[in-house]
Amino acid sequence: MRLTSLIYRGTIVIAYTVMLLPVLLLVVTSFFRDAIIAFPPTGLSLEWYRNALTRDEFLSGFLVSVKVAAIATAIGVPTGTAAAMALVRSRLRFKAAITTFLLGPIIVPGIVAGIALYLSYLAVQNRLDMDIVGTLPGLIAAHVLLTIPWTVRVVISGLQGLDRSVEEAALNLGARPRAVFLRVTLPMMRPAIVAAAMFSFIQSFENLELTLLLVGPGMSTLPIAMMNYLEFQVDPTLAAVATLQIAVIAAMMLITDRYVKLSRIV
Amino acid sequence: MKSLELVNIRKEYGDAVAVDDMNMTIRKGELVSLLGPSGCGKTTTLRMVAGFVAPSAGSVLIDGRDVTHRPPYERNTALVFQSYALFPHMSVAQNVAFGLEMRRMPRAEREAKSLEALRRVRLDHLAERYPRQLSGGQQQRVALARGLVLNPDVFLLDEPLSNLDAKLRAEVRSEIRGLQQALELTTLMVTHDQEEALTMSDGLVLMAGGRVRQSGSAQDLYERPADAFVADFVGRSNVLEGRVEGGSFRMKDGTALPGTAVPTARYYTLRPEKIALTSPDQGVPGTLREVLYLGAQTEYTVLLGTTPVTVIRATPGPDDTLARLRPGDPVGLRWNSADARLLDS
Ligand SMILES: Nc1ncnc2c1ncn2[C@@H]1O[C@H](COP(=O)(O)OP(=O)(O)O)[C@@H](O)[C@H]1O
Ligand SMILES: [Mg+2]
Repeated sequence: MRLTSLIYRGTIVIAYTVMLLPVLLLVVTSFFRDAIIAFPPTGLSLEWYRNALTRDEFLSGFLVSVKVAAIATAIGVPTGTAAAMALVRSRLRFKAAITTFLLGPIIVPGIVAGIALYLSYLAVQNRLDMDIVGTLPGLIAAHVLLTIPWTVRVVISGLQGLDRSVEEAALNLGARPRAVFLRVTLPMMRPAIVAAAMFSFIQSFENLELTLLLVGPGMSTLPIAMMNYLEFQVDPTLAAVATLQIAVIAAMMLITDRYVKLSRIV
Repeated sequence: MKSLELVNIRKEYGDAVAVDDMNMTIRKGELVSLLGPSGCGKTTTLRMVAGFVAPSAGSVLIDGRDVTHRPPYERNTALVFQSYALFPHMSVAQNVAFGLEMRRMPRAEREAKSLEALRRVRLDHLAERYPRQLSGGQQQRVALARGLVLNPDVFLLDEPLSNLDAKLRAEVRSEIRGLQQALELTTLMVTHDQEEALTMSDGLVLMAGGRVRQSGSAQDLYERPADAFVADFVGRSNVLEGRVEGGSFRMKDGTALPGTAVPTARYYTLRPEKIALTSPDQGVPGTLREVLYLGAQTEYTVLLGTTPVTVIRATPGPDDTLARLRPGDPVGLRWNSADARLLDS
């Protein structure tokens, strides 16, 4: 008994250490003064943060990422929510197959999906004689492939926990189906939808693999900008950018957690 | 005046018949209990009245109007769900006002009315709370207020006491009955608890296997059960199998019981409290097998031949001869033959 509990706890501690230690090191080194990381550092500085915030590629990368993530979320969440409702509520045939299909993009490795998209974009591009690769709409369309599955997944689990008799109570009290949906179903689904939006946004915002082949000149997302920077420089600027990125995502999670307990959804 | 009428109503799920050609009427202001074992079709019937289940055949009439094909929101019934089904994202006051809002009542008026309904269930001081901040009993009172504020044509209760602890149950029972009578609500209540049904209702409908076995007043069902199932389900009964033969009812083990009123009878039913315990020479002789002290009453199990018969008497005082009875003693059982019911089925 005590031994298994010890092993269990030990495993958790090791797993978290392995996952979190590099992140911690990253945050710490972003404050080192030396351009080539050395232990112990010769001093501390905010120089790299200044560099990160003033370099054009990071600022514009950040803006492109936010724009793409916001639009992909705005498209994916309503679509994915509608799909989830149909999958849980309607008498659709082939439900299991459709669910697997919709969740597919989560399962397929990102780089594989990225190459597949790139090749199909090229093919379509040649036929239609218009640019898709390297354009904002092309990139957003790809990211919708992330936001839809995440939404479907989160909203389905939310819907399955929803008590149907509450909606019946509304019907019984005189609410027409439309009013039931707007006044009862939707508000009760709100935690799941908020969580879906947050997950979608983060997934799109930090995505590298799917995005890699689809960006064009002046159209880099933040993760791509960071990777490009890494090709020529190894100073802690990237650590500073990454720390800022972690701070933004953590803040989003904390804010969302005020509305929905995230632990209940994932 | 008939407020609710079910005419030959029937519901099939695939091959299974959940409710089988059921007929029932409730007069205005009456509370009728739908009683029966689990799975006999009570909830299905209730949901057909509310409009959530479409009958396979038959019709539902509310105040003489055929509503069989009307959706739930056009029926003016108020259903109190077994799980209460309160809106978790609305305050108590908003929950109660919801139905009035759907009826487009102006805000000031509906707030006044909801508060009045909450006062009726003594919850006006919790109007701003949310359902999750209330106890089970309080949630149920919100559910009651949410329904009765609409002054419904038919009030529907699905096992209203099943989620409450024993202590609260008696209290809520009289509270619901009090409200129903004060507001003269035509009410259909579903329950599997016969005590609940006997104490709260103007009329009872006993169902089994989707069919009505007997309907009538509590006295009708208790004193004059239509068949052995009813006799057994409502209250306690000794149900003894056998047939009428040579001037008496002969049980399977050969013991003869007085009474031949129904020559074709296959069951002889007798309430435990209608039987007197005497000495073996006065009455049907038997052997005492078990004595169960229940406080105010004592329950005796007596073997007539090989058949156990339950007798319930007021617990005897210390000087009473009954107090000296021990298992194994020979005893006699005596009853008024009018209290025995001979039944065909
Ligand atoms: N939606 C349904 N689909 C199939 N069978 C059902 C459905 N609802 C109820 N039944 C069946 O109908 C019968 C009556 O159910 P119900 O009305 O819930 O019984 P009760 O409320 O008396 O316990 C049961 O055998 C149940 O399994
Ligand atoms: Mg039921």
